Amino acid sequence: MTPLLEVNSLSVAYGAIKALHGISFKVMPGEVCTLIGCNGAGKSTTLRAISGMIKSSGEVKFAGESISGVSPHTLVRRGLCHCPEGRGVFANMSVSENLDLGAFTRHDADIPKDRERVLTLFPRLRERLKQSAGTLSGGEQQMLAIARALLARPKLLLLDEPSLGLAPQLVQTIFQIIREINQQGTTILLVEQNAHMALQVAHHAVVLEVGAVAMSGPAKELAASDAVRKAYLGHG
Amino acid sequence: MTDLLQTLVTTIALGSLYALIALGYTMVYGVLKFINFAHSDIVVLGAWTSLVFAGWFAVGEGAGAAAPWWTGGIVLAMAMLTCGVLGFTIERLAYKPLRKAPRLNVLITAIGISLLLQNSGQSLIFGPRPKPMPPLITDRPLATIALPDWDVNLAWYWLLLIVAAIAAPFMVAKAKWAARIPKWAYVAGPAAVIAGVLLLNTTDGGGQRQDVKILWVDIAIVLTAILLMVALQFLVYGTKLGQAMRAVSFNIPNAALMGINVNFVISFTFVLGSMLGAAGGFLYAIKYPLVSQTADAGWVLLGLTAFVAAVVGGIGSIRGAMLGGFLISAVQQFGIWGVKQMGYDNAPALKDLYVFAVLIFVLLVKPEGLLGRPTREKV
Ligand SMILES: Nc1ncnc2c1ncn2[C@@H]1O[C@H](COP(=O)(O)OP(=O)(O)OP(=O)(O)O)[C@@H](O)[C@H]1O
Ligand SMILES: [Mg+2]
Repeated sequence: MTPLLEVNSLSVAYGAIKALHGISFKVMPGEVCTLIGCNGAGKSTTLRAISGMIKSSGEVKFAGESISGVSPHTLVRRGLCHCPEGRGVFANMSVSENLDLGAFTRHDADIPKDRERVLTLFPRLRERLKQSAGTLSGGEQQMLAIARALLARPKLLLLDEPSLGLAPQLVQTIFQIIREINQQGTTILLVEQNAHMALQVAHHAVVLEVGAVAMSGPAKELAASDAVRKAYLGHG
Repeated sequence: MTDLLQTLVTTIALGSLYALIALGYTMVYGVLKFINFAHSDIVVLGAWTSLVFAGWFAVGEGAGAAAPWWTGGIVLAMAMLTCGVLGFTIERLAYKPLRKAPRLNVLITAIGISLLLQNSGQSLIFGPRPKPMPPLITDRPLATIALPDWDVNLAWYWLLLIVAAIAAPFMVAKAKWAARIPKWAYVAGPAAVIAGVLLLNTTDGGGQRQDVKILWVDIAIVLTAILLMVALQFLVYGTKLGQAMRAVSFNIPNAALMGINVNFVISFTFVLGSMLGAAGGFLYAIKYPLVSQTADAGWVLLGLTAFVAAVVGGIGSIRGAMLGGFLISAVQQFGIWGVKQMGYDNAPALKDLYVFAVLIFVLLVKPEGLLGRPTREKV
C-alpha cells in the first residue's frame, strides 16, 4: 500500500536557524500518526512545511505525488487540510461563517449534510452559530477549528496541538472526537504535547528532538519504551 | 438658510465622492495593511480617461448641451475598466514582489508609483495643462427651491455648542456603555443638535428670494456612488468572494489554509479599489469639469481628504470609509459655511484646515477611527 503522506529528508531553516535537519516518516491511509516532542522540537514547523506554508527542502509526497512547492490553497483542494497551532479562527466572523470557510473549496451538494454532521459532533457550536468566533472560549475555538477543517472533507488532516489550553475533561472529549473522525475514514497527523493521550489514540508515533527524528514506530511500542516514558510521559 | 441648504446639497454630493475614493484606501489597507499612496493617482487617471473617452463621443460642444444620458454610463464603465486593469498591473509588478518585505519598503514603493503616474500622465499622455471635460450631463438644475433669504447670526456660544455636539460622539465612544448606543445615533445626535441651533438662530432677514439649486450632476454623483456602494456591500458581505476578502484581511496564512487563493483575492481587491477610485475621478470630473493636469497639487489634496475620511471612519472598515466620506465632507462644507457666517471672506481657502483638524482630533481621541477595530499586534 502506498503511504498517504511520505516525508523524505525534509529540512527547514528560519533564516540562519535550522529548525528541521532532514526528517523522514510515513503516514499510512486510515491511521492516526502522532508527532511528539518537546517545545521547539520542530513539530509545528513540520506541519507548516507539509502544508506549504513555509519553504522547505527535501521531498513531501501526498497520495504518491510530490507536493513540494505546491501552495497551501491548492493542497486543500487536493484533500490535505492543516488545522494550525493557535486555532486560526476568523474572529471577525461568526461561527457559521467560519464553518462556511471550511467548505470554501467545495461546490458539491453534500455541504449541508456535512455541516449537520460536524454540528452533531460539536453540539456546543450549534448553540453559537451566530456568535462572533472571537468571543468563543478557547475550547470552543478549538472545536470550531476542527469542525471547520472537517468541512473541507480532508483525506489527511494535520492537527496542531488540539488539546492546548483545554480543561482535562475537554481534552478527553477532543481525543474521543479525533478517534471518531479517524474511524469515519480520515487519516490524521496529530501533533501533541500531551504524549500520554496522543499515544493512546495513535497507531503510529514519531518522536522529534531538536529537528530530527529520535524514534518512530507503533504507538503501543513507543508508549512502553523506557526512553519515551522518561522523557515524555513523566514517569518510569 | 439658502446658503445652509446649498451647503447640505454639496455636502452630500462631495461626501459620496470622498466615500468612493476612501473605499479604495481602506480596502487595500484591509488586505495588505499598507497605505496605497498611488490610489489618488488612480483617481486622477479615472478623471483623465473619462475626459478622453467622453471626447470620443464628441458631443455637447455648445454650453448646456449634453450627450444622451447613457453615454455617461459608458464613459464611467470604460474609465473603471481601464483603471481596474491599471490597478491589477501595478499590484502585480510593484507590490506583489514585496509581499514579504517590511511595510516601509512597500510604502516607499507606493510613493514611487504615485510620482511615476503623476509625471508620466502629465508629460507623456495627457499634457501639462488643465482640459475641460466634455459635458455629459445637462447643467440645468433638476429642481430649484426658492427660499426667503434668512439671516443666521451665530453667537460664539452657539458655535461652541455645535463643536461640542460634533465632539461628543468621539468622547463618548471610548466609554464602556457606548457599545449600547446604535451607530447611527453618533451621526443623528449631533446633526439634530446642529439643526436645532441653526433653526433657533434663523430669523427672517430681508425677504429677498434666493434659490437653492439641486443640479443633475449632484443627483448623478449621489446615485452612482450609492449604487456602487450597495453593490460593494453586497459583494463583501453576501458572496463567497467577499467572505474570502474578509478572511484574507483578517489573517493571510490562515486564509490560505482554508483553500483561498490569497494572491487572487489581493489582486481582485486592488482592481475593485481602483475601479471605485476611477468612478470617483469620473464623478469629480463631471462636477468640476476643468480637469487639472495629473501632477497638480489639487489632486494630492483630494486624495488626502479621502484618505482622512478612511482614517476617521476606521481604516480597513468598509462601512467606516463610507461614514468617514460623508462626515469629512460635512465638516469641510459646514466649516466653510460657518466661518463665512462669522464674517471671514476667504472661508473656502481654509477648507482643508477643518478636515485635518478633525483628523488630529480623531487620532487623539479614537485612533482606530469611528468604526475601526482597535489594532492588536499579531502574535
Ligand atoms: N517564524 C520563525 N522564525 C524563526 N524561528 C522560528 C520560527 N518559527 C519557529 N522557529 C524556531 O524553530 C524551532 C521549532 O519551532 P516549532 O514551532 O516547530 O516548535 P514546536 O515543536 O511546534 O514547539 P511547541 O511544542 O512549543 O509548539 C524553534 O526553535 C523555534 O524557535
Ligand atoms: Mg508547535
